[in-house]
Amino acid sequence: MTIRVSISTLMLAVALPFHAVAADIVVEAGEGAAERLQEALISVEPGSAVKIGPGRFDLTEGLSLDVDNVKVQGAGAGQTVLSFKGQTGAGEGLLVTSDKVVLEDFAVEDTKGDGIKSKGSDQITFRNVSVVWTGGPKETNGAYGVYPVASKNVLIDGVFVSGASDAGIYVGQSEDIVVRNSRAEYNVAGIEIENSKRADVYKNTVTHNTGGILVFDLPNLPVQGGHDIRVFDNDVVENDTANFAPKGNIVAIVPKGMGVMVMANRNVHVFGNRFDKNGTTHVLLAAYPNDYDDDNYMFVPRGVYVHGNTYGEGGGSPDGEVGKLISDISGTPVPDIVWDGVTRIPEYFSWVAAENRIYVDEAEGTTFANLKMISNMLLPWSTAPDTDIAGYKGSLPEPPPVKLPQDGGA
Amino acid sequence: MTGPGRWRAAVAAAVGLALTGPAPAVSPDTILAGQAPKLLSQYGFFADGAKQAPAEGVVPYDLNTPLFTDHALKYRFVYLPPGASAAYDDSEAFEFPVGSALIKTFAFPADLSKPAENVRLIETRVLLRREGGWFAVAYVWNADQSDAEMKIAGARVAVETKLDGAPLSIAYSVPNRNQCKGCHSFNGEVTPLGPKARNLNKDFAYPGGVQNQLAHWGEVGVLSGAPDAAAAPAAANWADEAAPLEARARAWLDVNCAHCHRPEGPASNSGLFLTSGEQDRVALGERKRPVAAGRGSGDRTYDIDPGNPDNSILVYRVESAEPGVMMPELGRSLTDSRAVALLRAWVESLR
Repeated sequence: MTIRVSISTLMLAVALPFHAVAADIVVEAGEGAAERLQEALISVEPGSAVKIGPGRFDLTEGLSLDVDNVKVQGAGAGQTVLSFKGQTGAGEGLLVTSDKVVLEDFAVEDTKGDGIKSKGSDQITFRNVSVVWTGGPKETNGAYGVYPVASKNVLIDGVFVSGASDAGIYVGQSEDIVVRNSRAEYNVAGIEIENSKRADVYKNTVTHNTGGILVFDLPNLPVQGGHDIRVFDNDVVENDTANFAPKGNIVAIVPKGMGVMVMANRNVHVFGNRFDKNGTTHVLLAAYPNDYDDDNYMFVPRGVYVHGNTYGEGGGSPDGEVGKLISDISGTPVPDIVWDGVTRIPEYFSWVAAENRIYVDEAEGTTFANLKMISNMLLPWSTAPDTDIAGYKGSLPEPPPVKLPQDGGA
Repeated sequence: MTGPGRWRAAVAAAVGLALTGPAPAVSPDTILAGQAPKLLSQYGFFADGAKQAPAEGVVPYDLNTPLFTDHALKYRFVYLPPGASAAYDDSEAFEFPVGSALIKTFAFPADLSKPAENVRLIETRVLLRREGGWFAVAYVWNADQSDAEMKIAGARVAVETKLDGAPLSIAYSVPNRNQCKGCHSFNGEVTPLGPKARNLNKDFAYPGGVQNQLAHWGEVGVLSGAPDAAAAPAAANWADEAAPLEARARAWLDVNCAHCHRPEGPASNSGLFLTSGEQDRVALGERKRPVAAGRGSGDRTYDIDPGNPDNSILVYRVESAEPGVMMPELGRSLTDSRAVALLRAWVESLR
């Protein structure tokens, strides 16, 4: 395979501040940059890098990378801008289908579909990249900003996403995941961990989204049974953007002003987060609300432990159908933490095993409601929500920290 | 010459039209070489490239239901190294030996209603079976149609033709090498899609006469282990209005969608599986909610809402020609209105 490195680009590489090894390919902005960039992503040899210079790259086709052990590095998310405003093909801006890939220091703008997707990657790193829809929140924006799916060992660090019509940072059907030091704003969902195993989501700022952080498990998918998720030390504040997701998508149900929402899933730990000014509620634990046909699906959250968070004002303006459903039972302002109280029918009539229960251990003054939706449905005239937070005290053993091979872990 | 070899020579001589001098031969080394050649002619697949006349040992074929690629005409060929044959498979692409090549040329006539006249060759895609697996590469034809040049990063080619009498401009897309794998992928490995028993099981007008393709492939030694054509699966021709609606729609989905939408394909994470063998009606989309459709949902509830095409995301995305919404994501810039009509009728018929 030919690697097209002209004398001038080689000289340029020498002149640039970063160290460029012989097999690295440097792509500068300018004439034919789109074709040169895609050709570089195809021709790059394992163990080397594609270095994208500063400037604006106008792309009409989606980019893709299928070579293992490659770094794609820009000159900084504010410097190297891949604009897909004129995109005419492909479902995303950049698609990665190989292993041991690092994406670093560039921006992706205005993709017609998703921003950056990885499918089936092992050891995929998104570091200091940004994905932005420059027109602000719009239904016609792409669904996901940073979108690893069916991947393993996913590291998302220092990422910025804005304007996604589904989730800014979305990790689906993946395992061993770290999302940290990132910022998601003006998306429908800031960060979403869906049908995934072992995820640590920490030290992120999620603000001005419809909902901040979602931990979901959905039916009829090849990978189900998400579990062992830790959401901690995040700032989940002022999520106040009206839901702009196209209907039919599950996030279209999320009310404006949701902090953290856990739907289905197992062994989810929410702690040390700062919640403030989320108008519907700060924390919602809920069952999957739709009908489905899937015998392997567990539709209620199992084993959730919410503790040591701080709660500012919130719940004062419950939004949408879900907000109404909640506040009709709980009253307004909606409590800080809400559980729909849905259990499986056999458990409703017997008991729930200790490891599958909902535990809440928060500072004095934190408000809570178990909406007891099932009782409410069966006996609407005599069921009141249970707001005695003390009754849910207890704890669950915390999953160990997620270790990623590309992040100094095993 | 042994039986199969003689057959191939006879076919090549007949197909190769006015051959003068010795029949041109395929270059096996070029198929196996690490670097793909810059020019298509270097493989020697064609006796006459401009006329798409194959060289000796290169067998033309056709499919029951093809992929829609903006109305492009397609000329397909298979080449196997002498003495080798592909192993028959009932449901997946045949297992081709190292040294095989699948060749597909995309072309447009000046008027789509006259597919044999004023044909312009656009690109030829080649799948090469090497030691390490399949290798995909595309060649774009030059203006005088004398040869085609490799394009690693793909290309857009402006095409002018006529559809139903009206002028049609197409920004035809030649895929880059990675995009090839966007469809030709099975558990992450490059794989052929067309040469499956069900799609090849049909008659073809060979120079020596009309013959079933599976039978012909067996006879010329390209294929081994195939049952009688009557015992092999056969996909419907999606355009054949005499065929059952369900069979036509499922054949169309199988070819146009299921390369990605299957558990081993690039869209496995969607849980929407559209191979013609899929039995699970939810996986097939019936009352299945979308997972990552984004604005591709078109505000509709289910992938397929039986009896209700206007509430079916699948129909919406096949109708669309807008990137980010349209399906398939690659390989087209236009809507295939006849396919839309077929799918609408099929969804309408479901209960």
